[in-house]
Amino acid sequence: MKKSVFFGTLAATTMAAGLAMAGTLEDVKARGELICGSNTGLTGFGAPDANGNWAGFDVDLCRAVAAAVLGDASKVKFVPTTGETRFTALQSGEVDLLVRNSTWTATRDSELAFDFVAVNYYDGQGFMVKKDLGVSSAKELDGATVCIQTGTTTELNLADFFKQNNISYQPVTVQDDSEAQRQYLAGACDAYTTDVSGLAASRATMPDAENHVILPEVISKEPLGPVVRHGDNNWGDVVRWTYFALLIAEEKGITSANVNEVAASTSDEEVKRLLGVTGDMGAKFGLSNDAFKNAIAAVGNYGEVFARNIGEGTTINLARGLNALWTQGGLQYAAPFR
Amino acid sequence: MAMATDAPKETFRLSMLVYDTRYRSYTIQIVVLLLFAMAVAWLLNNTVENLAVRGKEFNFAFLWQRAGYDIGQQLIPYTNDDTHFRALLVGLVNTLVVAFWGCVFATILGVIIGVLRLSNNWLIGRLMTVYVEVFRNVPLLLWILLSYVILSETTPQPRDFRVTDEMIAAGEEPKASMILFDTVAVTNRGTNIPAPLFDRSLGSIQIGFLPVSLNLLAFIVVIIASVWANRRLLAHAKAVQEATGDRPVTWWKSLLILFGPVIALKFALGLHLEIPELKGFNFQGGILVAHSFTALLIALSLYTAAFIAEIVRAGILAISRGQTEAAFALGLRPNRTMSLIILPQALRVIIPPLISQFLNLTKNTSLGIAVSYLDLRGTLGGITLNQTGRELECMLLMMLIYLSISLMISAVMNIYNKSVQLKAR
Repeated sequence: MKKSVFFGTLAATTMAAGLAMAGTLEDVKARGELICGSNTGLTGFGAPDANGNWAGFDVDLCRAVAAAVLGDASKVKFVPTTGETRFTALQSGEVDLLVRNSTWTATRDSELAFDFVAVNYYDGQGFMVKKDLGVSSAKELDGATVCIQTGTTTELNLADFFKQNNISYQPVTVQDDSEAQRQYLAGACDAYTTDVSGLAASRATMPDAENHVILPEVISKEPLGPVVRHGDNNWGDVVRWTYFALLIAEEKGITSANVNEVAASTSDEEVKRLLGVTGDMGAKFGLSNDAFKNAIAAVGNYGEVFARNIGEGTTINLARGLNALWTQGGLQYAAPFR
Repeated sequence: MAMATDAPKETFRLSMLVYDTRYRSYTIQIVVLLLFAMAVAWLLNNTVENLAVRGKEFNFAFLWQRAGYDIGQQLIPYTNDDTHFRALLVGLVNTLVVAFWGCVFATILGVIIGVLRLSNNWLIGRLMTVYVEVFRNVPLLLWILLSYVILSETTPQPRDFRVTDEMIAAGEEPKASMILFDTVAVTNRGTNIPAPLFDRSLGSIQIGFLPVSLNLLAFIVVIIASVWANRRLLAHAKAVQEATGDRPVTWWKSLLILFGPVIALKFALGLHLEIPELKGFNFQGGILVAHSFTALLIALSLYTAAFIAEIVRAGILAISRGQTEAAFALGLRPNRTMSLIILPQALRVIIPPLISQFLNLTKNTSLGIAVSYLDLRGTLGGITLNQTGRELECMLLMMLIYLSISLMISAVMNIYNKSVQLKAR
């Protein structure tokens, strides 16, 4: 007796690793939302307010990019990252853009394969101590216990600084700013070191801010800026020129309040191109023609962003210093928009 | 006419692979194996391709680059000029130290609590029940954070120990003072304990990456030799007693043998203690045991002890009541019954689950990251990973190291387990 046999066909599915490496710009547009890596909470730079809305100097840059790409500054999802997790988050594609007080270094450009597309804050590393410690210079910190955030450049600068000055210290490694503050206020460390802007932001949230001093030494250069993945040049250009648009706006006196008025009345050719009145510069970036106008309308120019979040008069009270426009003796300088 | 008929020759048909039970299991196994191999190949391929897309290559050369960062608690010499590999070793030693002492304390505590929980004393039994239930039902991370916060928030700052001229003039006492005859200072940063120093040091030798102090080695050798000599003495006394009925007087000889050589060695090497002293911001001299270490050790020991206590209790309960009754009938007192009859038998039941508790404790040391204890997770998996951006390599290496440690612990414990099992003769 012959049995009829049915053989199920084994479909050997060859699973090719589907690498959807389309440009980030297309991804963001398709998603209708920008995912921005931000600080876990650094008042003035990136922190959620009492209502859960993110606000700050870095956060506003994310909003400006969202306004330029999607035409709506509210279409941003903020992903809080620590000093340790931020680069992995960007590398793995969890975030499109990282704006989180990150220092531009050669290693991060080359070995970590990132692109720092601009410097939105020129900073340097400093020390904060309690006033009653009686210390007036970082070089007097021999034998001190120092709180330091892990995964940062400040960790390496600190080791270098103490070695160069031939003095010793005891490091206490902490995960983020809030933990550092807790340890510092409890007296578990004599000094807290991070970027001077970060120290000022921390101090602003302390209940007894007047009892803490930031020492005069600035022991490193810390150019902080937005970061994108290496190799996605178009996306990098979008972020860079959104930032430049804010700088040019300040230079030309365009604010969030008068941007529409200026667009209608200006006779400056660069402003016309920037605001999309003439030419198709926006389209060349893969954006709408009024993209940069939207960015400026959403958050204001660089000066407005600075003054609103961290400038003099806010609790953080930072002077423009190096971050003044080049026309006012600072380092903030945008390439020409043409 | 009779014809010899051969058994019908069965020809192999493909369908038998599915319908014949003799072959079916092979078919299934081969298919599953193929699928598994494909899954592994896909994962590997995915990794390689993604690394290529990100422009990253897979290599461990970064381990030999300068680390550039400092580590607070180090048991082997390390400076920021050393390599990442050296930093890894510093972290590894920190992990092993906390794991070792954690296992020791957890076992001691666990055995005591386990035995006491079976106590006939109602209060003690209930108290131990409460201990076990509280410690094993709250996450370990919370215990670590709690002990750390208690240690760092309730202790004084180093400057509270300072005595200034004005304070002496005003007759004021400092806010805090050292304990144990002014030798130990507990600050909110750590515990400063005296360090042993030698005037005529023997130096140290390097075994692998670990420097071993010859002084310590000398002490260990002398102590072991003394104990051995004392045992010989007692054995001799016993032999004399059995032969003649008279036990020779040994107590002063024992004392001399046990303590004489150690004291002689102490003076020969010029051992003295270096007492920590407040200088500048911190106590200098002595050894600083950071609170992160103490907190981690306390939490790990207390937490794991709760589990070990249950294992010990189960082991004791597994021994039949008749054993106890028989021992009592022979006139053994309860504590002798426990140590001579019950525990040796209970060990057979206790050891296997105890191994997994030791493994758990060792792996749980990685939670030290919550209190900034720079163990293997903190150095290799934390700072090195971050500064070099070698996530895959660091993670794989770290997994490999934890795996090796665990396998070693379980190998050693399995050997011990064999030695306490019933011998079939």
